Amino acid sequence: MIKKSPRLAMIDGDTVVKEALRRIEQPSRRLFLQRSLTLGGLSLLTGCAIVDEDSVETALMSISRFNDGVQGWLFDPKQLAPTYPESMITRPFPFNAYYGEDEIRQVDADSYRLEVTGMVADKRAWTLAELQALPQTDQVTRHICVEGWSAIGKWGGVNFASFLSRVGADTSAKYIGFKCADDYYTSIDMATALHPQTLLTLTYDGEPLPPRYGFPMKLRMPTKLGYKNPKHIQAIFVTNTYPGGYWEDQGYNWFGGS
Amino acid sequence: MSDDTRPIHPVWLRVTHWLNALAVVIMTMSGWRIYNAAPFFDFKSAKAMTLGGWLGGAIQWHFAAMWLLAANGLVYLLCNAGSGRLWTKFFPLSPRAIVADLLAALRGHLSHADPREYNAVQRAAYLFVMVDAVLLVLSGLVLWKSVQLPLLRELLGGYEAARRAHFFAMAALVAFAAVHLAMVALVPRTLLTMIRGR
Repeated sequence: MIKKSPRLAMIDGDTVVKEALRRIEQPSRRLFLQRSLTLGGLSLLTGCAIVDEDSVETALMSISRFNDGVQGWLFDPKQLAPTYPESMITRPFPFNAYYGEDEIRQVDADSYRLEVTGMVADKRAWTLAELQALPQTDQVTRHICVEGWSAIGKWGGVNFASFLSRVGADTSAKYIGFKCADDYYTSIDMATALHPQTLLTLTYDGEPLPPRYGFPMKLRMPTKLGYKNPKHIQAIFVTNTYPGGYWEDQGYNWFGGS
Repeated sequence: MSDDTRPIHPVWLRVTHWLNALAVVIMTMSGWRIYNAAPFFDFKSAKAMTLGGWLGGAIQWHFAAMWLLAANGLVYLLCNAGSGRLWTKFFPLSPRAIVADLLAALRGHLSHADPREYNAVQRAAYLFVMVDAVLLVLSGLVLWKSVQLPLLRELLGGYEAARRAHFFAMAALVAFAAVHLAMVALVPRTLLTMIRGR
């Protein structure tokens, strides 16, 4: 091993700076420094679309699944989301979907039937009137979108845990899946389904849920991000087979918990 | 001067430094794409400065690299404190010394003769970025788990306040990085010592 020259330890700092500046003076050197120090130099990563690189995509998806496990472990079934006074409701409450406002689905109230299938004792379909006859509760909670923004809204409906109990759902099952009238679909973990603030909602701000907010029914979970809260629900099923979701199948995190 | 054969930067420092650099670049660039999805100021980052392509991709990168940032950061802090290096390299530190060294730097008179010595401005800057990184992680945790982490959420003033805190902590980190890279460019020998240790 070559021993470092003792002369190096006695070099004057000013000389080093002067030397460095002299070298930077040389255009080629300055260009090299500029190039290697700019973000553009990391062109491997800059603005690249994930869907092109298969192995990178696989790695990122498996980390997302790992994060599902972490979130399941972090989830406290007794931890309530904050609630707010009605004066803090965001007006107007934003509309958000994977399509524009001109494509909002109109569901017919009279012919509407909620299908309940899978690992449940009672596979009867429900009419809107039957659902409205169940005990109702409401909440004023913060809706957090995966995009980052949030809005406070008021939803009213049936406590989902009590609904699951009513239909004799097998609560040892892993997933509850949802199919929606706008071809949206998603699924949630059983622990979140049983959370006290998970609500099968029929009203928004005291009025029947308008189409833009998910008529006739939306599952409201203040413990999950917006895309996990399905609107225009047509079918609910209890299963041990991973049902996925509209956004989740495209790469968004499945647990999506806040 | 004594012939000190110890590396200027121990191996654990160099490894954590470069892993951190990688993590910070991924977090910042993916973070900018996430911000663009719902900007709360009157600007968006240019697409070329973002990572992930679309929001789903950016979030995948962000929630992957966060593990690297946190684990590596923790290893760095533990090694730094445990080895005693944190105390000897960064302290004592006085506001007067910082001002004096800052003025000397602006006049081009701040010496880098001994690469083992951090001047007062360096000490302040590196300590600042350690604290800033912790703030980024804590505010990030509130954004991710505002319901599951109520104490932290309230400490930071709620979900929306945490968004701003996260943004400003990021801005401070980026400002630090810009100055840091400029300084390395001025004293290129420091880049070598961060790679080779000597």
